[in-house]
Amino acid sequence: MTSFLQQLFNGLVSGSFYALLALGLAVIFGMLRVVNFAHGALYMLGAFGAVVLGDDAGLGFWWALLLVPAALAVAGMAMERLLVQRLTALDPLYNFLLTFGIALVCQDLLRMKYGSHSRPYDRAPFGGTVDLGLFDYPRYQVFVLAVSVVVCVAVWLLLTRTRIGTVVRASTERPELTRAFGIDTRRWVTPVFGFGVALAGLAGVLAAPMRAVNSDMGADLIITVFAVVVIGGLGSVFGSVVAGFAIGMIQALGNLYVPVLSQTSVYLLMAVVLLVRPAGLFGKEEHA
Amino acid sequence: MKRRLTMGVAAAAVGTLLAACGAGGPGSGGGKISGGKLTLGVLTDLSGVYADLAGNGAVAAVQMAADDYRKKYGDKAVTQKIDVIKADHQNKPEVANTQAREMYERKGADAIFDVPTSSAALAVETVAAQQKKLYFNTGAATTELAGKSCNAYTYEWAYDSYMLAHGTGTQVTQQGGKNWYLIYPDYAFGQDMQAKFTPAIEGAGGRVVAKDPTPFPSDNYSTFLLKAPTLNPKPDVLGALQAGGDLANVVKQYDQFKVKDKGVKLAIGLLFDSDIKAIGADKLAGTMFTTAWFWNLDDRSRAWAQRFQKITGKLPTFDQAADYSAATAYLEAVQKAGTDKAASVSKVLDGMPLDDFFARNATVRAADHRVVHDAYLAKVKAPSEATQDGDYTELVRTIPAAQAFDKPSPDCHLG
Repeated sequence: MTSFLQQLFNGLVSGSFYALLALGLAVIFGMLRVVNFAHGALYMLGAFGAVVLGDDAGLGFWWALLLVPAALAVAGMAMERLLVQRLTALDPLYNFLLTFGIALVCQDLLRMKYGSHSRPYDRAPFGGTVDLGLFDYPRYQVFVLAVSVVVCVAVWLLLTRTRIGTVVRASTERPELTRAFGIDTRRWVTPVFGFGVALAGLAGVLAAPMRAVNSDMGADLIITVFAVVVIGGLGSVFGSVVAGFAIGMIQALGNLYVPVLSQTSVYLLMAVVLLVRPAGLFGKEEHA
Repeated sequence: MKRRLTMGVAAAAVGTLLAACGAGGPGSGGGKISGGKLTLGVLTDLSGVYADLAGNGAVAAVQMAADDYRKKYGDKAVTQKIDVIKADHQNKPEVANTQAREMYERKGADAIFDVPTSSAALAVETVAAQQKKLYFNTGAATTELAGKSCNAYTYEWAYDSYMLAHGTGTQVTQQGGKNWYLIYPDYAFGQDMQAKFTPAIEGAGGRVVAKDPTPFPSDNYSTFLLKAPTLNPKPDVLGALQAGGDLANVVKQYDQFKVKDKGVKLAIGLLFDSDIKAIGADKLAGTMFTTAWFWNLDDRSRAWAQRFQKITGKLPTFDQAADYSAATAYLEAVQKAGTDKAASVSKVLDGMPLDDFFARNATVRAADHRVVHDAYLAKVKAPSEATQDGDYTELVRTIPAAQAFDKPSPDCHLG
């Protein structure tokens, strides 16, 4: 029983990353109808940002947690304004290729500068373990889970309880109608894109103390995150978060009980969900 | 699959350019050397996970061997014209196959060097046999190269999974780490390593309490790190057989889960200097591993390493050192044979004793083309003990050549 609970907790920790990344993807897709294939690379840039701030500027983890997502938000907004926006009127395939290309360029630039090996990062804000009753768990990883839950809840509240959130949701769901009310929906597109990118950066900074920081770290992770988003329902904020944590737990249980299935389980689940509910667990079917 | 197309194209372009430059009329001097020149091909990972431990450093090492040979023999050299060409195999067997064919057939490579990644290395081995050209592998771990896939044209120069397992597995068990928990990445390399570690540990009187395959690649090892101390009997050693980024993940999380404080030490299957740099020597201090060579071994090694560092800006890995050793031995053999015909060169190499800064007390074994040489059981120095940047390795024990490698495999028929 203890090991079962331990696995669930492990799953919640890896789910923290899936949820943060899927949340960013969902927000961006909802607003722009763009599947951001550069999301994994932006997560990687977040982690590198923490490393570079530490090595070159001597700034610790907390600074990185603050500065890196902010810097990436600005970069994300620039990317939306200068590149993504030009293609949104065209077939979605164009933005797919664009963002995918941006991801490859980021990865190769980082590899040229820093090589293919991981970079060490030893500025974890705290070490040690914390007693969770049944078992000890690294203090830092408990912190990651807490941050992720807080951010997800905050975004949810922002979207459902504030005027900004109402406008964003309205622009997402009924753009024409929202414009008819005199609201300039396009004004919100760039900040929302920047916000989604900042979430990827945040996840990257959180990953630096506990995961290998290298140019491939995002490419490996993002495939799972896309499956998470599809399972949760494309564009569904709630669905992506729930699916993120759920997939983390399913993978962790798979690791222990059915190792052969631990990696495929996500895709099996995705296939089943697509067959039964093509719009994902929490997605709404769109009728053109 | 999506990675590094650009680099591949660039590498191909460089290769084509080099080939074009080198096509200056056949028969220009050097009677028995085909085309009047030697072409050494370095087929390696120029852009992926092994680019730091092999990559352009491997190309530089082979180039150094060519330069040293020219300098040593001067006018007496069979030829002064030695081209070193390179290509990126992207760690994929199908790309390695095409690139190797291209090197041998179109670019006139007399020998191919390096080739990390076992599946790619085996693909090149097949091409070498078809083309009847020489191939010196330094980068891949599989014992199959000199085992059931062996052929008359392929030499295994640096290391293999047997060497790693019998170094670390046997020695650590004998020093009191009786009970092991093995975690290995679930693909060819990891499975091969696991299959070599288990008998090594058991042969030394130890026991493998449990072994688990881990997803590849993976960034979360908490399942296995939490499981380790709860096994019955409690393992003394966690044997982590991961490589590259996966290994960095294991070590970072091993540290966070305080598995060491719970009495489970860490031993690592394959550890390059570049890995230690990637993870941080402080996190790895005291970790035991087996290596084919390290730059701070002695004066001879240091002298070569410093030359290498001057050229590349980096200290060499054992793979790169082995490339130099293999290329030098090849050129010496060509010199002695007076021709670049593979069969004649091979005749000189077979059974040849070697003693360079890399290969100590070494022999090119005629039976299976495995180079047997001293290997080293080592541990990672704490940063406070390091004499300079990049000084990571402390010698624990030299494993004599005769013990470091397995006997020739009965499955190997050079033909």
